[in-house]
Amino acid sequence: MDARSSDSRTQAPARPVLEGPDIARMLTRIAHEIVERAKGADDVVLLGIPTRGVFLARRLAAKLEEITGRAIPVGSLDITMYRDDLRLGPARTLARTEIPTDGIEGRLVLLVDDVLFSGRTIRAALDALGDIGRPRAVQLAVLVDRGHRELPIRADYVGKNLPTSLREAVKVQLTEEDGRDAVLLGLRSAPSRPGSDAASSAAEQTVPADER
Amino acid sequence: MKRHLISAADLTRDDAVLILDTAEEMARVADRPIKKLPALRGRTVCNLFFEDSTRTRISFEAAEKRLSADVINFAAKGSSVSKGESLKDTAQTLEAMGVDAVVIRHSASGAPYRLATSGWIDAPVINAGDGTHQHPTQALLDAFTMRRRLVGPDAGLGQDLAGKRITLVGDVLHSRVARSNVALLHTLGAEVTLVAPPTLVPVGVETWPCEVSYDLDSVLPKSDAVMMLRVQRERMNAAFFPTEREYSRRYGLDGDRMARMPEHAIVMHPGPMVRGMEITAEVADSDRCTVVEQVANGVSIRMAVLYLLLGGNEPALTNPRTEEK
Repeated sequence: MDARSSDSRTQAPARPVLEGPDIARMLTRIAHEIVERAKGADDVVLLGIPTRGVFLARRLAAKLEEITGRAIPVGSLDITMYRDDLRLGPARTLARTEIPTDGIEGRLVLLVDDVLFSGRTIRAALDALGDIGRPRAVQLAVLVDRGHRELPIRADYVGKNLPTSLREAVKVQLTEEDGRDAVLLGLRSAPSRPGSDAASSAAEQTVPADER
Repeated sequence: MKRHLISAADLTRDDAVLILDTAEEMARVADRPIKKLPALRGRTVCNLFFEDSTRTRISFEAAEKRLSADVINFAAKGSSVSKGESLKDTAQTLEAMGVDAVVIRHSASGAPYRLATSGWIDAPVINAGDGTHQHPTQALLDAFTMRRRLVGPDAGLGQDLAGKRITLVGDVLHSRVARSNVALLHTLGAEVTLVAPPTLVPVGVETWPCEVSYDLDSVLPKSDAVMMLRVQRERMNAAFFPTEREYSRRYGLDGDRMARMPEHAIVMHPGPMVRGMEITAEVADSDRCTVVEQVANGVSIRMAVLYLLLGGNEPALTNPRTEEK
């Protein structure tokens, strides 16, 4: 890819497209949409995809609790073992899978992630979910949808649709992990293959389609 | 991490903690309705057992199957090895069949090292016990059990065993478990004391990173974990102690001795136990004895090792996880 040889080595400063209050507003809106669509969110279970999806799921659960007055079960779903590019890099360290005690059987599972890009993470999450139980339905909530889907997957709840080029990188920062809330858009840094240090430095969607 | 797992001494502290943390996640799979992960789908693992073993072989097989690997079991008895085939020929046969990893148990110390370094085979080699030399996955599962019991399963993530005092009792001379454990526990920051009859202490033990004592009773009150070792009669070619009864009286663990251990301390045994000699039934069946837990933890540890060595195109790096959408 041309981008790798020309622009990829340039460290362009990332520009914030969303700040903390925007993110909070979007999560509030998504929470209301969930309650409306799930008719009260009675049987909703939130599962965040590590790392930042888990923090977003917890924030969403708190907002849902504010709206409905009920505690909403929240957990995390690690998809590492289910990735289709597992063998393209060094073995990756695992993150935590935490399923709420009542399980997901017959429930409406809401997967939560920070950025929706190729759709491969969500495909892996659906496979992982299948090994844990059989939900009534599965829906997807993401903070940012940056496009460039490689699989027929779409989100049910989107914080912001962010049209991007493949040469760009979307970086989500959350207070729990990064000390502040923001969504940054910049050019890709040095090309990285999955598993390299550069790729793991943050929730950075830096991997071009041909490398995945 | 290195490409092979031959000796517990090859593991750095970060490698060992990474394996223990990964095993913690693997242990959760056992609670699921479908106890299977797709990580090694399409990979073939050969369990090459030149020495009898039920426990270790079944444990590896369960781990491989839970990771969706294809498993080939090879027992030397009744195979071409009994017709005189060499390790080299066996290895080359496996290489020709496209095996992706070899788990080897051999009565000769050094056989796994030879297999890994001779160039006969390209696949990663995992040592499942070689002679009196090493049994690294056993040491890892022991350390995992200690971390779970002494530090806590979730609190233990990312932690080592710094400051924990571990005592290994019995036939140190013939024990690959003792050798592996001393190396690994030292790497993880624990203080290790070996207690054995003088005749069952190996020559050169002073170079090992541990203390040696001949008096079990004086060591027990300051131990966080006491690991009894099996007296390996099959490897004994001389009289190392006068009678079983005398051994049992001085180095066996009974209820009275267990009462001298701190309240939180655990009793471990790599199995198979010789009840009445190394350990009394009262101790073996008590809540403080982790033998059954060790067996369950063995599957999680072996899953972690197999995943970290085979899950990617090269062994795991001890760096933060990658994210990609």
